[in-house]
Amino acid sequence: MAAELLRESFEIQGRNFDKAGEVSGEIKVILRDLGIEAVNLRRLVIVAFEAEMNVVMYARRGTLTLILTDEDVNLEVRDEGPGIPDIELAFKEGYSTASDEMREMGFGFGMGLPNMKKNSDELKVESEVGKGTLVCAKIRLNSNA
Amino acid sequence: MKLSEIREILQCEVLAGEEDLQVEVYQVVASDGMSEILAFAKSKELMITGLTNIQSIRTADIAGVSAVLYCRGKRPDKKVIEFAKQKRIPVLITQMVMFDICGILYNKGLKGVS
Repeated sequence: MAAELLRESFEIQGRNFDKAGEVSGEIKVILRDLGIEAVNLRRLVIVAFEAEMNVVMYARRGTLTLILTDEDVNLEVRDEGPGIPDIELAFKEGYSTASDEMREMGFGFGMGLPNMKKNSDELKVESEVGKGTLVCAKIRLNSNA
Repeated sequence: MKLSEIREILQCEVLAGEEDLQVEVYQVVASDGMSEILAFAKSKELMITGLTNIQSIRTADIAGVSAVLYCRGKRPDKKVIEFAKQKRIPVLITQMVMFDICGILYNKGLKGVS
C-alpha cells in the first residue's frame, strides 16, 4: 500500500477566466519544491491545467484535490456543472462543445481530455448530467512515458 | 538559435526577460490553441502565438517553454507582462504574421515539434 505524503484541496471558481490556471500554477510550485522530477511534473501539471480549464469553462465551481504518495501523484477534480452526456465522444480529439468565448481564450478545440489521457497513467471520468463531473488522474512517479 | 538572434531577425520588441536573451532554442511550437501547445510542446521551445491573454503565459509556464513570441503586432496588457516576468518567461513581440515568422525561422534551421 502506497504511503500518503500530502493531501491538499484547492477551490476552482467557474467562469473566472482571470484566475483560470492559478491552481495548476500553485500545484506546479508545490511539487517542484518537493523535488518531483521534471518529466513527471510536466505531465501532471498539464493534466491539472486542462482539468482546471474545463471546470472554469463549464462548471459553477469545483475542487481539485492533490494526493501525493511515495508511488504516484493523484489528481481528483470534482465539479458542480452540466456533466458530460457522452464521455466516449468527449474523449474524441477535435470534438468540442465550447462557446466562442472559450475559443477566444485559446481553449475548446477538442484537445483537453485527450491531452489529459495522454499525460496520465490512469484516467477515470465519471459524470452525471445536470449534477457534475469527477475526473481522477494518476501519474506514477517511476514512469517516464 | 539564441533569443537575441531571433529578436534581430524578426525585429522584435522585448517586453519581458531582456536579461535572458542568451537562452538557446532549437524547436518551435506555434498555435493560437493553448491545448495544442500543451499537446506538442516538450519543453524549452519557443512558443509563437497570436493569443495575448493571461492564459498564453499560464500555458507557457505549464508547458515549460523557454520564451513566448506574439505575432502580428499584438501587444499583451501590463498584467500579462508582469505575470511573465514573475514566471521568468521572456516575451517578445513582432509585427510579422505567424506564417512569415515560421517560414523565416524554419529557413534558419529551427524545427517544429510533432
